[in-house]
Amino acid sequence: MSKSTGVASRPVSVSDVSTPRAELFARVLDPASRANPYPLYAALRSEPVSRQSDGTWVVSGFDEIAALLHDPRISSDMTNAGQSAGGQSLIMQDPPNHDRLRAAVMGRFTPEVVESLRQEVHNLIDGLLDAVGSGTSLDLVEEIAYPLPVSVICALLGIPPQDEARFHGWADTLARTLDLDPTMSREEQAAIDHAFTELHHYLENLVADRAEHRGDDLVSGLLTGGDRGEPLRGQELLITVRLLLIAGHETTVNLITNGMLTLLRHPDILERFRREPELVVPMVEELVRYEPSVQFRYRAALADIEIAGTTIPRGSVVVLLLAAGSRDPGHFTDPDSFVPDRIPNEHFGFGGGIHYCIGAPLARMEAQIVLPELVRRLINPRLTMDPPPYRPTAALRGPRHLWIEVDGIRP
Amino acid sequence: MSGYPSSRSERVVIVGASLTGLHAADALRDGGFTGHITLVGAEPHPPYDRPPLSKRVLAGRMSADSTGLPQRQDLDAHWRLGNAAVALDRDARTVTLEDGTTLGFDKLLIATGTRARRWPDPDEAALTGVLSIRTREDAVELQARLAARPGRVLVIGAGFVGSEVASVCRELGLDVTVVERSAAPLAGALGAWAGTAAGRLQRRHGVDLRTDTSVVELEGDADGRLRRARLSDGAVLDVDVAVVALGAVRNVEWLAGSGLTVDSRGVRCDPYCRAVDADGRPCDDILAAGDVACWPHPLYEGLLAVEHWDNAVRQARVAATTILHGPVREHTALPTFWSNQFGLNIKVVGVPGRADQVAVLQGSVERAAFVAAYGRGGRVIGALAVNTPRALDAYAEMISRRMSFPPDLNAADAPDPVHVLDLAVPAAG
Repeated sequence: MSKSTGVASRPVSVSDVSTPRAELFARVLDPASRANPYPLYAALRSEPVSRQSDGTWVVSGFDEIAALLHDPRISSDMTNAGQSAGGQSLIMQDPPNHDRLRAAVMGRFTPEVVESLRQEVHNLIDGLLDAVGSGTSLDLVEEIAYPLPVSVICALLGIPPQDEARFHGWADTLARTLDLDPTMSREEQAAIDHAFTELHHYLENLVADRAEHRGDDLVSGLLTGGDRGEPLRGQELLITVRLLLIAGHETTVNLITNGMLTLLRHPDILERFRREPELVVPMVEELVRYEPSVQFRYRAALADIEIAGTTIPRGSVVVLLLAAGSRDPGHFTDPDSFVPDRIPNEHFGFGGGIHYCIGAPLARMEAQIVLPELVRRLINPRLTMDPPPYRPTAALRGPRHLWIEVDGIRP
Repeated sequence: MSGYPSSRSERVVIVGASLTGLHAADALRDGGFTGHITLVGAEPHPPYDRPPLSKRVLAGRMSADSTGLPQRQDLDAHWRLGNAAVALDRDARTVTLEDGTTLGFDKLLIATGTRARRWPDPDEAALTGVLSIRTREDAVELQARLAARPGRVLVIGAGFVGSEVASVCRELGLDVTVVERSAAPLAGALGAWAGTAAGRLQRRHGVDLRTDTSVVELEGDADGRLRRARLSDGAVLDVDVAVVALGAVRNVEWLAGSGLTVDSRGVRCDPYCRAVDADGRPCDDILAAGDVACWPHPLYEGLLAVEHWDNAVRQARVAATTILHGPVREHTALPTFWSNQFGLNIKVVGVPGRADQVAVLQGSVERAAFVAAYGRGGRVIGALAVNTPRALDAYAEMISRRMSFPPDLNAADAPDPVHVLDLAVPAAG
């Protein structure tokens, strides 16, 4: 296996980007760009609102993204841009329906609920690292980052441990639905449809069971409703639970994996982090800026929108390239550097506006527990392959594997 | 033209030690000013925050003492508190204080703000129980009186302050009568349409709201305590607490004879916060900012005078820039303000009070979550967001772009169809 672990910093340059600007986003979607899309983003940002040859409008400037995240002429329901109806989950809906569904989730996904999962996260990372045993190499994705969040979500939703393995498979397949990728193969589409059907049946049974036997899990909570949200029922409940699974799983896998990858690429910062564990809070925030799990989101223009000297016509597909905005030199000093104590750090790693990530507190907590444990217990960790292989998904970006060699695991 | 301060010998005097004065001093130090800063305040307190006074302080959920404004840095300023300015001599470049002290200045910032308009009859105004709410002391006294659970509270005037006081009374379970001379509460700031909706809201919360009505007499007992109020509708209310919420008066009397252009709208300024003299010329060395200033705004006809927190902060910073660097940065920020009352978060941008049309563009008034845009002459000039605070940035942008009214947003949560209502055209300021 090839080794190239001495990659401490990889300057991002646009000099190798010779693609016409109107084709840049097609290159972003190309899996070949997955390991380092940031030069493409920088090239796009030279025209912060850029029309692509397929008619898509890519928004890559910080100010422009911030404005559109709050603009009433921007819709998350892609049928407004002539796309087929998506899952109709709340992230694909507009007010007032979005607001009602979001309130229902927020009313139950409270800070207390997040806090109640803290010990579970500690137990999970302890167990997963123990399971690595005396080995001297591990795949961080397969062995740590992947199993952990799905177990947390299962704990949150009240899924019995014996069903977790099935959830892994579904979550993996369904993450692909967050791309609007025209190159998606028929086989991929069929696999997605199949996973949807299976998950749907599973959740139907789960909901029916919880309707009979209420517990203190989130599904029971959503069925019951609360002060701030009315109860959810039927399809809406199923779709919302499915969203929590998809949106909450893969993103956290990537946060943990991208986090460890970034630390291993910055040995000086890794050392500093060992000495200053309190660095974890701003560092996780910086990770979400620097290597965000969610790179972009699609929107639809409900009316002509004048912005940045151009007009996005009504009915257009708009790509909010959040990861590009989070590296806009007009807003961040030295944006392509990983600065673990960057404060303030007003990034788009969790989105913004009315769709701001509901799970952000849970994601932060998981990363803030898992990364220090990895750094504490992995003895002399080195990257085996850099860059690692990536999953194909462009919107939800993260390594498929992250092979790490270690001298051992501390108890 | 005189130079701009750069050396230790330069003296900046800021008359007014509240939000504007504090932020101006802060911005001067941020800008590297190393000269003398003197802050003159009529009140004895260091700068404090007024918005909580009519809300959390009044409700007893926050102490008046904890409203002090944070000072981000050591301002190294001379504070002359509890000592109002009484005169300005432009030629001698001096400000005279109440205690007879004379302060020389190289640059003067007028930030004396406003005070509560008093009840017009001085004898009635002097009755125990007749209160205003502007200062910390006002809030402490009114809070104590509300905590003593009076039988009924009378609020005179249904602007934002009066409505907030009424909201707190209802929150405390107190009976409250609000008397408003015009047809609806908040109508001056938000127009009759929103005012009517606000009136329905207040009544739903149990406020005895009497519009198109005025208080004709406040009656006291032999000990000079308020006992009754006579209203123009013939009603006689037994009350021992009356809150006079008839708006604000600008603190400009001390500038009489100074040669500056001053009237009831305040100190006339140019867009750089430089006070304008009687011949219409801006003075490089005398500036005004905050509630006391009025100035031409590029988006609005005539002069704008804004009595809101956000404007005080922004205008103070523009004034500091002018003091340090001369007229290089115009004060063009849009007015914004907020209020919390009757369980609603209300945010406003622009100048809805000058609109000739209004339309709800998002949400629903019935569900108490909506955004309304205001137009004048076919352009968007203001917006009101109720329980949708994050929506306003987009509307601020529309106002700045002078977008045609009603703007074509086609928002997902728009009423169908969007109704445009005509409003009575108010005069430009």
